[in-house]
Amino acid sequence: MSVIIVLLIASVTVASLFLAGFLWSVKSGQYDDEVSPPLRMLFDDNKPAVHKENIPTEKV
Amino acid sequence: MQVEKFYYDNKSVRMFGYATVLWGVVGMLAGLLIAVQIYLPAANFNLPFTTFGRVRPVHTNAVIFAFVGNGIFMGVYYSLQRLCKARMFSDVLSKIHFWGWQLIIVLAAVTLLSGYTSGKEYAELEWPIDILITLIWVVFGINMFGTIITRRESHLYVAIWFFIATWVTVAMLHIVNSFEVPFSWMKSYSFYAGVQDALVQWWYGHNAVAFFLTTPYLGLMYYFIPKASNRPVYSYRLSIVHFWALIFIYIWAGPHHLLYTALPDWAQSLGTVFSIMLIAPSWGGMLNGLFTLRGAWDKVREEPVLKFMVVAVTCYGMATFEGPLLSLKTVNAISHFTDWTIGHVHIGALGWNGFLTFGMLYYLTPKLFNTPLYSKKLATNHFWIGTIGIVLYAIPLYWAGFTQAEMWKQFTEEGQLKYTFLETVTHIIPMYITRSIGGLLYLTGVFIMVYNLGKTIAAGSFIGDEEAEAPALPKVPETHGKQYWHRWIEARPIQMLIVSLVAVAIGGIIEMVPTFLIKSNIPTISSVKPYTPLELQGRDVYIREGCYLCHSQMIRPFRDEVARYGEYSKAGEFVYDHPFQWGSKRTGPDLARIGGKYPNAWHYNHMWDPRSISPGSIMPQYTWLFDNKIDTALTGAKIRAMITLGVPYPKDYDKIANDDLVTQAKSIQENLKKDKIETPGNVEIVALIAYLQRVGTDIKAAPKQVASLK
Repeated sequence: MSVIIVLLIASVTVASLFLAGFLWSVKSGQYDDEVSPPLRMLFDDNKPAVHKENIPTEKV
Repeated sequence: MQVEKFYYDNKSVRMFGYATVLWGVVGMLAGLLIAVQIYLPAANFNLPFTTFGRVRPVHTNAVIFAFVGNGIFMGVYYSLQRLCKARMFSDVLSKIHFWGWQLIIVLAAVTLLSGYTSGKEYAELEWPIDILITLIWVVFGINMFGTIITRRESHLYVAIWFFIATWVTVAMLHIVNSFEVPFSWMKSYSFYAGVQDALVQWWYGHNAVAFFLTTPYLGLMYYFIPKASNRPVYSYRLSIVHFWALIFIYIWAGPHHLLYTALPDWAQSLGTVFSIMLIAPSWGGMLNGLFTLRGAWDKVREEPVLKFMVVAVTCYGMATFEGPLLSLKTVNAISHFTDWTIGHVHIGALGWNGFLTFGMLYYLTPKLFNTPLYSKKLATNHFWIGTIGIVLYAIPLYWAGFTQAEMWKQFTEEGQLKYTFLETVTHIIPMYITRSIGGLLYLTGVFIMVYNLGKTIAAGSFIGDEEAEAPALPKVPETHGKQYWHRWIEARPIQMLIVSLVAVAIGGIIEMVPTFLIKSNIPTISSVKPYTPLELQGRDVYIREGCYLCHSQMIRPFRDEVARYGEYSKAGEFVYDHPFQWGSKRTGPDLARIGGKYPNAWHYNHMWDPRSISPGSIMPQYTWLFDNKIDTALTGAKIRAMITLGVPYPKDYDKIANDDLVTQAKSIQENLKKDKIETPGNVEIVALIAYLQRVGTDIKAAPKQVASLK
């Protein structure tokens, strides 16, 4: 059962990496703007001209 | 703010797409074959490379690593470039990644059918291929992180976070679970043994589900559902929260594969608790995906792409509710070793992974080839046929699993077991047949898709390099809260990557090496001894033929199991089992205490033709074991490898091991002669009989057992 030490160390190391990544992302302002990213990714089609199907139609 | 012109690489996306479809067909055909073999043993064709035990790993590896794997790369290569507003970091690396991955798949198919298997589920590939997988995964990582580092969009969309977590964790899982000591060019023994091996294996196995089948596809869902429906993600905040919660919690759920086994109780409970907690972040993902389509359900009615994605996300929700329930010990006591588990797996596999892959293919092919989909009607037909296929697949298996479990546990009024194991198998054959019809329907849908996509491609013209333009990232970013850390990290991304990798590697090595050098494998049961050379050879035959895929070797502490199989399994019995062979399914009975139960002649006849001993048995024949000679040239190497792993054979035993092997084989040969069976002493069936007669006997053995190991 002592292999659980290995698994704990590996998992905690990766978890720490993730924690560091989380802290970096918060500190670097990745989540300051939660409004524009989901909209911006809809507009990443390459052609500069806007096609009709790219305009989101809002149905009330 | 200079606007830069660049091109997205669609060639790699196309190649991965072709591979996804090809291996999907191959993997599902293999699945159909093994599904049929379960009720039609003649479909094993009495050939080693078509037998269930060898084809099943081909099926699992093909659908997970070849079909879903290429699907991941197809989706990541398409979405990552566009989310980063940058071309893939290196065209050369893209090519190496693609061809390297396909080489791995081809090698996997050839070696697995040839019987070169590690004997560990979803990690069957032997050590040379494990090394190749590591190399190609690193190539993928450099290409992916390079693209992220050279991005022109500073915000990392949530999908990218999922891709990063996938890469890091899969790397860790693969490396830790693939620790093995080779004894020949194509074969090795697991570094871990028994309980330890079981824990590492299912830590790996469940996290493979988490970080290969789930996180990359969640990332892809966050890209493709919004794009296909032209709706923004329902709640971006929810996507961030459930991402971080998911990746922290998932890693601890592995022990739920080992409930009621010889794993310590506290580890089992840990797995259960974290598995229950996992419902929340998983459903966060499902709800986010479904609610994104709020106000766009009329589009779902029209668009096959969205139909596939809706069912995919719904199946994800079902599977991530069922999974935690199966992690509860009371439920697991019924479901473990039954077809319920298989049903659960395929809701996720066919529904979530399969359907999302089809959705991506139907979305991407028209885009890449600049032409509308050939036939929306055919795609819709595929959708309905596939959905019915999933239902016909899963529901019979739930029924079969539950029924069989209850039959196993049934006692008569006199306190005897009511049903033989074989009776419980025969009872669920109709469910097996229905399941294979479900699978056939699902595969039929795939063929419809192949036709549809083929016609689409033929009518279109491929855009190999797609024009794009975007401003470069400003050197000094716009005002954020904490500018110092942002600038520090942005300026040194490569250093950070390297330092992290080095830290993980050093930390890992420092922790692991002393742990393994310390002989912690002190037997807690003094009568448990290493396998004799002949038994070791026999065990390797058992592993090669994939016996563990149908037969478990783990008796749980339940009244019905002890009554049927014997004393329940103790952790100390498995200390020399490199790899462990507890199994996860009982298509056939448990074998943990098979040693000494039947005479040698019984095993001889049973392996030649199971139906001659047990009419109605669905087990394949293994007639080639009666002609194949035991590979005694490898005996010394095997013993040496085991000694390296801490198994207490006498010093220099490898030099005389074959003498003991021949002596023990002769005694079995003579014993068979008494039952009118003439056989050479040097064939594999003799080794297999030696192994089977040894399994589970040590705890009852008198201290002087196994005289040849002085």
